[in-house]
Amino acid sequence: MSTKELKKNNIIENALKLFSTKGFYNTTIPDIAKAMRMSVGNMYNYFASKEELAKYAIKYSTNILAEQLRKINHMDISSKEKIFLFTKVYLENVKNSPEVIEYFLRVYLSNREVFAQGCEGFLCVSEFVTEVMIFLDEGASKGEFREQDFFSAFSMIMGCLGGFAFLSGEKVLDKDLLEYSDGIAENIFRALKSDETT
Amino acid sequence: MRQHKPKIVWLQAITCNGNTHSLLSSNPSRFELLLNSFNFFYHPSITTENSLEDVLNLKEIDFLLLEGAVTSNKQFYQISDNSINDLLKKVSKKAKYIISVGSCASYGGIHAKFEQNSDIKGLQDILNVWELKKLKQPIINLTGCPVHPEWILQTLFTLKEFGKIGLDMQGRPKDIYFGLAHHGCTRNEYFEWKIEAKSFGHKEGCLFYEEGCRGPMTHSNCNRILWNDVNTKTRAGMPCIGCTEFDFPRDNMLETKKNIGIPSEVPLGINKRAYLTITGVAKTFKIDRLNKKLIE
Ligand code: SF4
Ligand code: SF4
Repeated sequence: MSTKELKKNNIIENALKLFSTKGFYNTTIPDIAKAMRMSVGNMYNYFASKEELAKYAIKYSTNILAEQLRKINHMDISSKEKIFLFTKVYLENVKNSPEVIEYFLRVYLSNREVFAQGCEGFLCVSEFVTEVMIFLDEGASKGEFREQDFFSAFSMIMGCLGGFAFLSGEKVLDKDLLEYSDGIAENIFRALKSDETT
Repeated sequence: MRQHKPKIVWLQAITCNGNTHSLLSSNPSRFELLLNSFNFFYHPSITTENSLEDVLNLKEIDFLLLEGAVTSNKQFYQISDNSINDLLKKVSKKAKYIISVGSCASYGGIHAKFEQNSDIKGLQDILNVWELKKLKQPIINLTGCPVHPEWILQTLFTLKEFGKIGLDMQGRPKDIYFGLAHHGCTRNEYFEWKIEAKSFGHKEGCLFYEEGCRGPMTHSNCNRILWNDVNTKTRAGMPCIGCTEFDFPRDNMLETKKNIGIPSEVPLGINKRAYLTITGVAKTFKIDRLNKKLIE
């Protein structure tokens, strides 16, 4: 990675924290510059606008998940074990860098207008969606998952995980986040499994 | 000086006659050229002056063409007390070139799926090429169901003029089968942007995701050398069913096998992960021009 890329990622990490707590519109470029101890002018050398930064940030944050899921996809384990593993990894992300998931939930999903151009559909999250496709395709071709529509399967996984991240962000959970991991994974697995799989 | 016209002997085994029909529907001036350039010595469904007896008496055959799958089981196929296998073993010794015409002759085709007789094969599976002393090159498979008439003509003329034709791993002439049916398909732009045909027979949309089109995995030049000089399956709105490939006919040919909505096979030579990323993105574009009828 070039120094410019590294710096960009560094800005993103700071911006994610601000975006996910203050929201997209309440966070300004000077806010981010301040958190970075950088001049506002220098910030513009990396991102031409706040919108551009927001789009880069969504790619950055979903690519973290994509990479983790890709590793799991490459493992020689059952689809059930993959679900348990991915759920755990996902919740660890929520616990250790809540801003990444929060950004997705609070900015990407609720400020669609910011992403309308240049991030249409899967454009900015495609690496992650592809990994979910590979995961589902392999599970179904091995007969571990039953046939169903892609989007109903996709939203089963992501809706479940995203919803849980939301509960965690709202601080309504009474136990440690990771203690829920196997229970959630079990639910996802049951929703996807073929009737023959136990 | 009278030019030597190479002798063609065309035999038929278990067949629907489709390849013969195909040959007869070739471009008329090309067909005339064929008849003028070769000596069409024998064909069981076309009137010639010669009988099978005459074929057996020949010393040399330039081109031996076979249409249909073969079996040694006389209960299922025989010609005047001979099994087709025995007949072919005799006749093939005389041939300089042997060409399997169509998928049945090449690999057994649909007949090989007949469960009551497990001994139905393609020609190359019953002949021992090493015993065929006159043979100038390995058996040529002109696959297709039926084979495109121009493929027969092109192969015969190439061999007549140049004596050799390059073959791929499946014994098919490379010049004809190097590309894919997908090349030259008028629906390529729909394929790129993942716009599916609503149903068969429409001019708009690609037939890959929903209708089972095998164009991107099937070696043939159908969309470049058109049928009857005018059209092809995919142009007309019927998916390519992969008739030139080894595994033809497959089950459920008009369906694309999918796992949770994801096609289980992707175009030849593309990594599945890369393919899914690209198509996932392509699908999100809505191009008005491509979502309209071509002719309003
Ligand atoms: S219809 Fe078939 S051959 Fe034509 S573009 Fe689509 S996949 Fe390719
Ligand atoms: S388009 Fe496909 S199925 Fe049709 S003739 Fe060509 S190779 Fe065979």
